[in-house]
Amino acid sequence: MSMLEMRGITKRFPGVIANQDVDFDVRAGEVHTLLGENGAGKSTLMKILFGLYQPDEGEVIWQGSPATITSPSQAIEAGIGMVHQHFMLVPTLTVAENVALGLSSGRAPFTDLDAVSERIREISDQHGLSVDPSVDVWRLSVGERQRVEIMKALYRQAELLVLDEPTAVLTPQEVDDLFEILRRMTDEGRGLIFISHKLHEVMALSDRITVLRNGRVSGHTTPGETSREELAAMMVGRAVKLTPDRPPVETGDSRLEVRSLSVQGDRGTRAVDDVSFDVKGGEILGIAGVSGNGQREIAETIAGLRTPLPGSSVLLDGTDVLPMKTKQRRDLGLAYVPEERMKDGAVGDFSVSENLILVNHDTAEFTSSGLFNFDAIRRHCSELVERFAVKTPTIDTPTSSLSGGNIQKVIIARELTGNPGVLIASQPTRGVDIGSAEYIHEQLIAQRDRGTATLLISEDLDEVLGLSDRIAVVFEGRIVAIVDADDATRENIGLLMAGVVEPTG
Amino acid sequence: MKRLLGASIPLLAALIAFLFGAVMLLAIGASPWEGLKALLDGAFGSADRLAATAIKATPLVLVGAGITIAFRTSVVNIGGEGQIVAGALLSTSVALAVPDLPAIILVPVVLVAGLIGGAIVGAIPGALKAYASVNEILSTIMLNIVMVQLMNYLLRGPLIDPLEVEAGTRIPQTERLSDNATLPNIVPGVRLHLGVLIAVLAAIAVYVLLWRTPTGFRLRAVGHSPDAAKAAGINVKRNITTALALSGSLGGLAGAILVFGSEGQRMVTDGSSAGFTGSAGFNGIVAALFGGLHPLWTIPSSFLFGALLTGATNLQRVLQVPAPIAIAINGIVVIFVVSSGRLREKIDRMLEARAEFDDTPSTPETPAVVEGAQS
Repeated sequence: MSMLEMRGITKRFPGVIANQDVDFDVRAGEVHTLLGENGAGKSTLMKILFGLYQPDEGEVIWQGSPATITSPSQAIEAGIGMVHQHFMLVPTLTVAENVALGLSSGRAPFTDLDAVSERIREISDQHGLSVDPSVDVWRLSVGERQRVEIMKALYRQAELLVLDEPTAVLTPQEVDDLFEILRRMTDEGRGLIFISHKLHEVMALSDRITVLRNGRVSGHTTPGETSREELAAMMVGRAVKLTPDRPPVETGDSRLEVRSLSVQGDRGTRAVDDVSFDVKGGEILGIAGVSGNGQREIAETIAGLRTPLPGSSVLLDGTDVLPMKTKQRRDLGLAYVPEERMKDGAVGDFSVSENLILVNHDTAEFTSSGLFNFDAIRRHCSELVERFAVKTPTIDTPTSSLSGGNIQKVIIARELTGNPGVLIASQPTRGVDIGSAEYIHEQLIAQRDRGTATLLISEDLDEVLGLSDRIAVVFEGRIVAIVDADDATRENIGLLMAGVVEPTG
Repeated sequence: MKRLLGASIPLLAALIAFLFGAVMLLAIGASPWEGLKALLDGAFGSADRLAATAIKATPLVLVGAGITIAFRTSVVNIGGEGQIVAGALLSTSVALAVPDLPAIILVPVVLVAGLIGGAIVGAIPGALKAYASVNEILSTIMLNIVMVQLMNYLLRGPLIDPLEVEAGTRIPQTERLSDNATLPNIVPGVRLHLGVLIAVLAAIAVYVLLWRTPTGFRLRAVGHSPDAAKAAGINVKRNITTALALSGSLGGLAGAILVFGSEGQRMVTDGSSAGFTGSAGFNGIVAALFGGLHPLWTIPSSFLFGALLTGATNLQRVLQVPAPIAIAINGIVVIFVVSSGRLREKIDRMLEARAEFDDTPSTPETPAVVEGAQS
C-alpha cells in the first residue's frame, strides 16, 4: 500500500502550468525517484507536499486518508521530512542544538539537550549515521552535515523523507556511504523520495522512477526496465547523446607542457606534487580523480592564479608562462573555465553581455577612442548567445538570474571566443542540466577538432571517459597513471582514483 | 513599482527628518513654519543665495562622484577630507611657485595639481589595501588626520604669508594667491564660479568612466566579483589602487576649487580639517549615498545638501536659534537618509525573495507549459 499518494495534481501560476495532472506515490520501504530537469516541476510538487502551495486540482492522500497540508510544520508533524540541498544548519551550534532547534523542550523553560543527545546517539547507532551530538556543526564535513540533516528528520520521526539532490555536494565515497544509510532506512519501512539528475545514481538507488518534463509526468519506470539513455530522453523530450561522438583527429605538437609542477595548497600542504604532462593540439587530456586531489591547484596554477613551488615549469606553445600574469597568458591563447561558476567564472551582477566580454572587453573590436562601442558589443554578444544556445530573455539580463546550465554556456561561449590554443575546463558540466551538458560536450569536442589542446578536469567519471583522448588519474597530488582512452574503463580508472596502482609488467 | 518605492524612501526619510527638526524648533520656542521659510529662503531666495547653494554643493558633487567610483569597486573611501586638503595644498603650492602664468594656463594647471594631490593621497590607502591588505577605512581616516597636520605645519611654516611673519601675528594662512589662478565667474553679476560647472562635468565624466569605458568596466567587475575578475585576467590589485586614486583625485579637485573659488583667494587653517573643507569630505559621502551611489544622481542630491547648508545658516540668523540646532537638523537628515538606504535594501531583498519564490516554475531554463502548448 502506498504511504503517500498524490493524484492528478495540477498547479497553475499566472501564464504557466507548473504541474499538470501529476500522479506520484511512495510505498513504505522504497526509494521513489523524482527525475527531471530544472523547472520540470519537481520543486512545485514537493512544495505542494509540504503545504507551501495548494494544488489547484488533485488530492494528496497520506497514510490512506486525504490530507490538506497547509504548512511545512504540519507536514513534519504528519511524519514527512525534508533534507534540503542547501543545509539548514546553524554552524556555531552543536549537532544536538541544531536538532533541538524549533522543538519544544521536555523541561521548558530549560533545555533538555542531554536527553536530545541521548536520543541522537540511539538514532545514530540504529542507522549507522555516526553523528556526534556534542560537536559544533562548523567542524563537520559536508557529508557529516548532511547526516545531521537526515538526523533532524529522523528525530522528528519522519516516515517519509524527501532528499533534494543529496549527492550534489558529496564525494563518490560519501555518496556510497549515504546510499548505505538510505538503504537501511527503507529496510525499516520508511519511504524515500529521491530527487536527482545524476542518472547512474538514480539507476543504482531507485526502486521506481517518475520522470517529469515541463510539468507533466513523461513516464513511470524502474531501473530494471530502462537505461540511462532512455531516462535522459524522457527528461529532455528527445534522444540525448550521453557520450558524444569523438571523431579521430590528427594531433599536433604539444601546446601545453607541464613539467615537475609542485604547488602548495591552501592548508600549507603540498597539494600538487611533481606532476608532469603534455596536451597536444587536437587532444583532450582528462584528469580524473576524487575532488581535492590537486586538480583545482593544477588548473589555477596554469591559469596564473596560483604560484607554484620552485622547479616547476608550465609552457604554453613553447613559451614559459610562469612569470606571466593571467592576462598575458590569456593573450597567448589560454582559455580557462573555472570550477566554481558563480565565484570565479562569471560576475553574477553583470549582464550576460558584460560577462561575455569580461576577458576581451578592451580589444579594439569593442572600443573606439577609449569608449565602448556598444553596437559592436551587442552584435558580438547576440551572436554568441545564439551560437551557444544560451536561453536568456535579453543579453542585458543579469547573469545570476539564469539557470546554472545557461550561465555555464555563457562562460564557455566567452572562453571559446577567439579559438584558444589551450583550454582548461574545470567541471564544465557540474550541476548543469542534461541538455546543456550535451551541448557543452559537443562544443568541447568541436574545439578539440579545431586544434585546441584541452585539459578537462572533472569529478564526473562518465564525462572524463566520454570526452578524453587520454586520461591522467590524480591521487593525493600526484599523477598515478596516464591511460589511453581505449584502455580506460570505469573500473580501472576508479581503482586508480582510489590510489590503487597495479604493478606494471 | 520597485523603482518608485526606492526613490520615495529617501524623500520620505527627509520629510520625517524635517518633522523632527520642527519638533526641535518648537522645543526651543521657535516657529517651525518660520524656520522652514527661513531655510528655503536662505537656500533659494535670490540669485545670490542660489549661487551660494551651488557653491556649497560643488565640493559635495566632486567628493560624492569620487565616492561612487570607490564604492562601485567595493572599496570604501572615508578619506575625502584628507584628499581635499591634499589637493588644496598642492594646487596652492603650484600657484605660489608660478604665479605669473597667464590665467588661461594657470587655472587648468592649479586644477590639475589639485587632481594629482588628491590622487596621491587616495592611491596610498589603495595600494596599502591591494598589496598589504590594510583596511582602507582605517587608512583613509588616519590619512585625514595626517593631512590636517601637514596643512597646519605648512601653513604655519613654509607656506605662511611673509606679511604675517613680519607683523608677528602669524595667522596660519598663505599670502593672497595669484589672481591669474582665480576661477572665473560664469554668470555675470552673480558669484558663481567655474568650479560649479567643472563639478557637474566631473560627475558626468565619472558616469561615462564607469559605464562606458573599459577602465570603468574593470573597476565594476572587481567591485562585484574580484575572483571572477581575476580569473578573467583583470588585475584586481591595480584596479583597487586605481579606484581609490581616482576617487581621491576628485576630492583633490574639490580642494583646489575651494581655494581658488574662495573670496579670500588664499588657503587658511583654523587647525581642523572642517575649518577648511566645511566637512565636504564627509558630507560628500552622504550626498553620494543619498544619490544611490550613482554619479549623476549625486548632482541633485549634493545640491539638496548644499541647500540645507546655506538654508541652515539663514535659519540661524533669522530665527536667532543657536547654531547647534541647525547642525542638529542637518545631522538628523543624514541619519534618516542613510538608515533609509538600509531599509530600501531590506525591502528590495524582500521583493526579490518573493519574486524568486513565485518564480520557480518559470525559470528561463525550461520553457514552461503554456496552456494549449505541445506536450
